[in-house]
This record gives sequence, structure tokens and C-alpha cells, in this order.
Amino acid sequence: MIQAIAFYLFAAVVIVSGALTISSRNPVHSVMWLILAFFNAAGLMVLVGAEFIAMLLVIVYVGAVAVLFLFVVMMMDIDFAQLRTDVARYATIGLALGTALAVEVMIAAFAWSEGRIDLARRAAPIDPAMPNIAALGQLLYTRYLFLFEAAGFVLLVAMIGAIVLTHRERAGTRSQHVGRQVARRPQDATRNVKPTVGQGVEL
Amino acid sequence: MDYATNLALTLPEVVLGIGGVLLMMVSAWGGPGSTRAVSWTAVAVLGGAVIALLGPAGGGGEAFDGLYRADAFSTFAKVLIYVATAVSILIAPDFFRRTAGDDLRPEYPVLMLFSALGMGMMVSAVDLLTLYVGLEMQSLAAYVLASFVRRDLRSAEAGLKYFVLGSLASGILLYGVSLVYGFTGTTMFDGIAAAYAADAAEPARSLGLVFGLVFVFAGLAFKIAAVPFHMWTPDVYQGAPTPVTAFFASAPKVAAMALAVRVAVEAMGPVTDQWRQIVIFAALASIILGAVGAIGQSNVKRLLAYSSINNVGFALIGLAAGTAEGVAGVLTYMAIYIAMTLGSFLVVLQMRDVNGIQVESIASLSGMSRTRPALAAAMAMFMFSLAGIPPLFGFYAKFAVFDAAVAAGLFPLAAIGVAASVIGAYYYLRIVKTMYFDEPAPAFHKGDEGALQGGLIAVAAVVISPLGYLAIPFLGAWSMAAARALF
Repeated sequence: MIQAIAFYLFAAVVIVSGALTISSRNPVHSVMWLILAFFNAAGLMVLVGAEFIAMLLVIVYVGAVAVLFLFVVMMMDIDFAQLRTDVARYATIGLALGTALAVEVMIAAFAWSEGRIDLARRAAPIDPAMPNIAALGQLLYTRYLFLFEAAGFVLLVAMIGAIVLTHRERAGTRSQHVGRQVARRPQDATRNVKPTVGQGVEL
Repeated sequence: MDYATNLALTLPEVVLGIGGVLLMMVSAWGGPGSTRAVSWTAVAVLGGAVIALLGPAGGGGEAFDGLYRADAFSTFAKVLIYVATAVSILIAPDFFRRTAGDDLRPEYPVLMLFSALGMGMMVSAVDLLTLYVGLEMQSLAAYVLASFVRRDLRSAEAGLKYFVLGSLASGILLYGVSLVYGFTGTTMFDGIAAAYAADAAEPARSLGLVFGLVFVFAGLAFKIAAVPFHMWTPDVYQGAPTPVTAFFASAPKVAAMALAVRVAVEAMGPVTDQWRQIVIFAALASIILGAVGAIGQSNVKRLLAYSSINNVGFALIGLAAGTAEGVAGVLTYMAIYIAMTLGSFLVVLQMRDVNGIQVESIASLSGMSRTRPALAAAMAMFMFSLAGIPPLFGFYAKFAVFDAAVAAGLFPLAAIGVAASVIGAYYYLRIVKTMYFDEPAPAFHKGDEGALQGGLIAVAAVVISPLGYLAIPFLGAWSMAAARALF
């Protein structure tokens, strides 16, 4: 029973916050709604017993991707003075959102301790004795090894592409040559002179 | 199956992957000065991948527990892909040397190699995951190549447009893939085929399976630029540097078409009647829109983009037949098509004004028969061949797909296709008329491009000339063997 309530709660919030992500006018708000959607999707994953994917959603999507989005959004031209005055106005909504999140986390933990949802038709039954990470690792590095390597190549292509499109050698910049710096000896760099009074030094 | 056997079956990909990584290091340390050496080595690596196909990788069966299959079909497609990629690498240095702005950097051939690696995975995919990873690898490299000339605004626009629309198409495809996986419980093509067959036997169809099929075909239609998912093609083809456009029009087209054929026949073969409607619509819409849209164009690269949409439509007629003859027709069509399209783009590369700057307007071709008679003759042959006018080899390509469609009982489709090809002939002939009967425009700059490009044009012209008919017994037998591997 509690699992069903938790499922509908998470599912409804995912849908609503997904819709708000694309419909809100302020891009910062969009990212915030997106983060809420990620959190609730993680809750859904916990309910079906995929705790590793839930962790990935929180760590990778909320922790890295969404924060990256936020940085990009903040670099756009948005009137921050206006935003700051809005903070006080929307503090209640923000608090309500935070409370909702906290309550959801508690419900998720409670529902999870009650046992996971029984899906009516599971195409691929999972072994309850094996943790998610072990099961994933066993597949990823044996059966799907070829694709794992290929995915590495995809990332390499993306990296090369990003460098090709943005890297530019500018004339006149003084880049650091570590080797030359290390190879330089004190006797090349310093000079001991004894100037006579009133003569000054030659540099 | 042990590890060595798996690697032997995927040898072309292994060769391309290792070659690409090593050349990447050479180019990272060698800098722009190493471009020519890296380009020629990259062509040699592609040659090595073709040679690797002679071994077990040319038809040895499944590798990595059914993720990848090496059969006659994948071998046929891979040979076409690797040859087209090699030509696209060879024609690049000259073009970039004459283009204001960036000189060619050695990452160009490296990205081409990785793209070829992805395309090889696409045509060998017998699992939805392999399909997607291969497709993304090819696409990512292509997005970067499209905006390779960073100082050219149009090139940057082409790259961005391709990237945004390509991601959308990937999303659509992935949505279809997830529906298919969710409703069949497997990502392997044979398992999916079994699930579709079981579903087709029941009185009530599963909506999820139908939706999955539609979304997968929509995503694939974007990748082959079939109407109604063709909108990106003219802009991207016009904006991308010409050697990259030649690449887009050849190798990825073959790969995406082969992928679409394999998904249609191997994974969704039991429900041919369901996807046939989609393919017939896409084929006819592509032929007609490709022909009508090209008429008003004044830029030769845009015109060739519409021509590629038009040609994809003809190739899809062979797929609509859904028979081994039809698939053989598609393969024959693509083989002849890349010779025609690469030849046309090689001629476009020769279009430079007195200062050696690339020009792209059709008007600048005026009277080329008097200023550059050999080049004009070659271009006229490519245009006649693309239009499918009989003595040239392009006619046989169209004949093969129409023959298969008629044999499969799709007589109306073949009839409309033939009628629409007459519309297409109009704009091809207009180029011939511009070259032969209009007042001469200033002659093109006759540069020092050397024998390489002239030789490539000559080879392409010989392939599509009536001499090409001598290859029919060989081409027919090979494409038939490749098609039989799917049935």
C-alpha cells in the first residue's frame, strides 16, 4: 500500500516538474524544476529496487549535470537584481519545495524498508541476493564489453571534437614551458655584480 | 567463444580504432605540419580495414554474444563506406589550403577514421545497443566535421544545426528503441523479430510495439535524410566544407541505409506490412520533394543536397519491396550512387574563381564546355547518370530497385517512381544546358591540384559510364549474396 502511494507521489511529481521545466520562463527556475524531476526519478528507481541507478541519478545528474546547466544558465544575460528581490517573495514556495523533498525522502526510505514494488510482468527477473552494482558490473565487463569499449571511443570523439572546435593558438601569448623552466640553472638566471657608487647597474 | 575469435571477427573495427588513436597522438605532437602524412596514413588504415574483411571478419558470423555480426551484407556495406571515407580524406588538403582561414588540421582524417569505425558498427549491428553506440560515434564525428572551418559562419551554422537536429533524431530513435525493448524484453534483433511474430499472430496488436516501430523508423529516416525528416539536409550540405559535404552524401548515407535495411528485415521482418507503408510514403515523398525542391536552387551544393534526398527515395523503393531482390537492389543502388555523388562533388571542388576561391553558384558553370571541356563532359555524365538516363550506369541502379518493386507486386509504387524521376531529370539537364549552351562565364582557375583529383574524377566517370555494365555480373552476384545473408 505504502509503496503504491509512494509510486504515485513520485510519478506525479516527476511529470509535473518535467512540465514546469519546459514551461517556466526563467531558465534558472527551469533548472531547479529539472533537479526536482531528477530527485523524484531517483525515488522511482529506489522503489523498483534499482538503488544503484538511483544513486547515479542523484550523483551524476543532480550533482554534475544540473549544476553544470546552472552555471551555463547563470552566464546568460539575466537580471540578477530583479532575481534577488524575488528571493524574499518566493521564499515560501522555496521552503515548501524543500519540505516536500524532505518528506518524499522519508517516504521513500520508509517504503523501501517495507520491501520493493512487485511488478506484475518483469521481463528480466533480478536476483534478490545480488546487489545492483555487482550485477551491472558483471554484465558490463563481460557480455557488453564490446559496447563498453565503443562507448569509450564515443567519449574520445567528443573530447577531440570539443578541442578541435574551441582550441586556438593565439599569436603573442606567452605559454609556459615546464621543461625549459626546470632546465634553467641559477648561474644562467642570476648575475653577481659589484657596481661602484654613482654608476648604477646595467640590466 | 574466446576473446581472440571475437577480436578476429571485429578486425576492421579494431584496425580503425587502434589506427585512429595512434594517428591522434601523431597529430597531437606533430601539429598542422603532419596533416599530409596523417591523411595518407589514415587512407592506408582504411585500406587495412578493407583487407581485414578478407578474413573471418568478412562473414564469420556473430561476435560478442550476438552484439555484432560479420556477414556478406556488412562486408558489402563496409567496403563502400571505407572507400568513400578514403576519397573524402584525399580530397580535403587541397580544398582547405585554398580556403581562407584555417589550414587543414590533422584531426580531420582522425575524425574521419572514428566516423568510419562508428559506421562499421552500424552496419554490423544485430543489437539495438550496438546500433545506437555506432550511430552516435558516427554522428558526433560528423557534427564536428561540419563546422571544421571555424572562421566561416555558414560552417558553424551547419554544425550547430546538424547537432541540434541530430540530437532530436537520436532522442526519437532512443524513444522508439526503449519502447521496443520494453515491449519485447530484448534488444537483440532475432528476439525482437520473434516477439513481433508472436504479436502478429494474435488478434489484438500491441500498441507499444507499433509505436516503437514508428519511432525507430522516424529516427532512421532522419539519418538517411528521407522526407519528412529531410529539412536539415540543404542547410548542412551548403554550409559544411565541400569535402565534408561529399563525405555526408556518401559514406554515412550508405551506413544509415544499410542499418535501416537490417533493422527492417532482421528485427521487424515479421511485420513487413506495417513498416512497408512508412517506407513507401518516405520513398515517394523523398523522390517528389527532392525533385521539386531542387528546381529553384541556384547553389550547386544545395542542388546536390536535394539530389541526395531524391536518390534516397529511389533506394527506399527497393526496401519497400521487402524481398531479397529488393535488398540487393538497395545495395546496388547505393554502390552506384556513391560513385555518382562523389564524382559530382569532385567536380564542384574544381569550381574556383581566378583567385582560387571556391564558388558554388550554378551560374558560374555557364559555358564550361568551352573553358574546361573534359571537366564539363565528366559533370554532364554524372548529371545524366543521376537522372537515370539509359546508356549510363545510373540507369541500371534505378532499374534494379524498380524491377524488385514490380516483382514484389508494388506496381503503382514503381510507376509513380518512374514518373517522378522525369521531374528530377529536369534540373539535372538544366546543369548540362548551363554548361553547354549558355554564354561562357569567367573560366575556372586551373590550379595545381595535381593528378589526384583529376584521376579520381576519371575513375568515377569510368565507373558510371556504359563500361560499368561490364561489372553487373559481379555486382549483381555480390549484392545478391549480401542480401541473402539477411533472409
